[in-house]
Amino acid sequence: MNRIANRQVICEVLMERAATDKDIVVLCSDSRGSASMTAFAEAYPEQFVETGVAEQNIVGISAGLASCGKKAFVLSPACFLSSRSYEQAKVDVAYSGTNVTLVGVSGGISYGALGMSHHSSGDIAVMSALPNMRVYIPSDRFQTRRLIESLLEDKKGAYVRVGRNPVEDVYSEENCPFELDRATVVCKGKDVALIACGEMVFYAREAAELLRLRGITATVLDMYCIKPIDKQAVIQASENTKLVVTIEEHSPFGGLGSMVAQIVSANCPVRVVNLSLPDEQVISGTSAEVFKYYGLTGEAIADKISAIIA
Amino acid sequence: MILKGLSALAYDLRRDVVDMIVEGRAGHIGGDMSVMEILVTLYFCQMNISPQNISSPDRDRFVLSKGHSVEAYYAVLCAKGFMDIKEVKAEFSRFGSPYIGHPNNKLPGIEMNTGSLGHGLPICVGMALSGKMDRRDYRVYTVMGDGELAEGSVWEGFMAGHHYGLDNLCAVVDRNRLQISGNTEDIMKLENLKDRITAFGWHVINVADGNCIDELNAAFEEARNVKGCPTAVIANTTKGCGSAVLENKAGWHHRVPTAEEYNQIVKDFALRKEIYS
Repeated sequence: MNRIANRQVICEVLMERAATDKDIVVLCSDSRGSASMTAFAEAYPEQFVETGVAEQNIVGISAGLASCGKKAFVLSPACFLSSRSYEQAKVDVAYSGTNVTLVGVSGGISYGALGMSHHSSGDIAVMSALPNMRVYIPSDRFQTRRLIESLLEDKKGAYVRVGRNPVEDVYSEENCPFELDRATVVCKGKDVALIACGEMVFYAREAAELLRLRGITATVLDMYCIKPIDKQAVIQASENTKLVVTIEEHSPFGGLGSMVAQIVSANCPVRVVNLSLPDEQVISGTSAEVFKYYGLTGEAIADKISAIIA
Repeated sequence: MILKGLSALAYDLRRDVVDMIVEGRAGHIGGDMSVMEILVTLYFCQMNISPQNISSPDRDRFVLSKGHSVEAYYAVLCAKGFMDIKEVKAEFSRFGSPYIGHPNNKLPGIEMNTGSLGHGLPICVGMALSGKMDRRDYRVYTVMGDGELAEGSVWEGFMAGHHYGLDNLCAVVDRNRLQISGNTEDIMKLENLKDRITAFGWHVINVADGNCIDELNAAFEEARNVKGCPTAVIANTTKGCGSAVLENKAGWHHRVPTAEEYNQIVKDFALRKEIYS
């Protein structure tokens, strides 16, 4: 089991780059610990801004910094960053076009037992609804590194969600194909297309392996780029299959499933099943417990697909 | 003499604003009139901003946090040579026009988009922080409405400005005492405003007549010399300043004058301008 959380990888990348790129500025809202940014704050105090528990302020300040040429990275719990500071994300980042990367840490239901106030199961929907806002949810630590390295190369705003705990590797150091805004094909099959993002990609791949043993072959698409979504990849994966299944750690509304269903229905109509969190207060527990309860595990996904296809 | 000339200019620009609003059939006329001398003083006496240096990293920064006073902002930016006043008057609020009812940074001279209140101060904290990080000596200014101060994000910005000792930051409050629904003290009490902002660690300057360029200029000069903390300038202005038709009437927060009102307003502006000519 991998022991390095995606948020820790973000800190590593930013620390590597901050040594030579003095325009990188990291901002935290009393969240340096939860964002794994303590090491950055200690190593580069002149490139670190603490705002205290003030999520509106942190995004406004980051936009001001970015308008003066800084590459601003805001790391704050996704539950607050995607809701408390939503208007600043809309006006100061997306509308004003500032080079701010909003990193929502401990996203989805990472803070399982802390209750709905600490869950961010609607962040894909709300952030994707903003014109000029990009939305990414990387699946593992290797992809997280590639993503952050890519985002450092451009000057546009983005929202990135990562979870709290280390997640199983989907890729490896040597094998992590990555092109910004292009979905990664994890494996190919002909019967069913599994389109997933974030932590669900691992379970999608697990499901594909189980299905193979049952004589069903599946394509697994890692749609870490929720917006702009890779439309061509969705069409290619969905054409000539019996079923498309989307899997996401998100509400059933306005997330990956909704977006994929729009593309599939308009271009290559086939049944789309959306596996997600329910439209209710999510049950208390660890991520693994919660995912299992709602059928978001490799085995449960495979069983669901077997039942539909059979 | 120079300041007297600028006071006269402020009345010419008021005329531009009213023309804009009548042509475009929309606009926040009351706040445009109260903020006019603040903008003229900043752009013509204080800030190092011009079409020639707008790309320089050393230019001063300005964010109109009370973005609904964009008509006054357009008029001043035109007078500074950033835009053409004829074009703005003809296009303001029209279909597909870039001259919309709030500041937009696709237009020359405008740094950031505003419109929703309570955004300008945190943004300016970021701009001022950037100046400190890069050891540049530019100054950062924002203008907020007094009704705007009910937004919690403003006080988050006040806290951060003090925490980081941003003496390159100056926040102006256009204290005209009226907001869309009435008197600020009836809607949500702000007094004692000076004490409140002082308690947040800012140097606060009260400008008795916020429509007097001399007084404003003196306040901004004082702010330049304050070290170790940011400065807030509370400019006690008159909403609708310049015409008895408009002055101190909350109903003129957002309204288009009739032809008869327009004629009277323009006459009033001309009379006031004469005082400074």
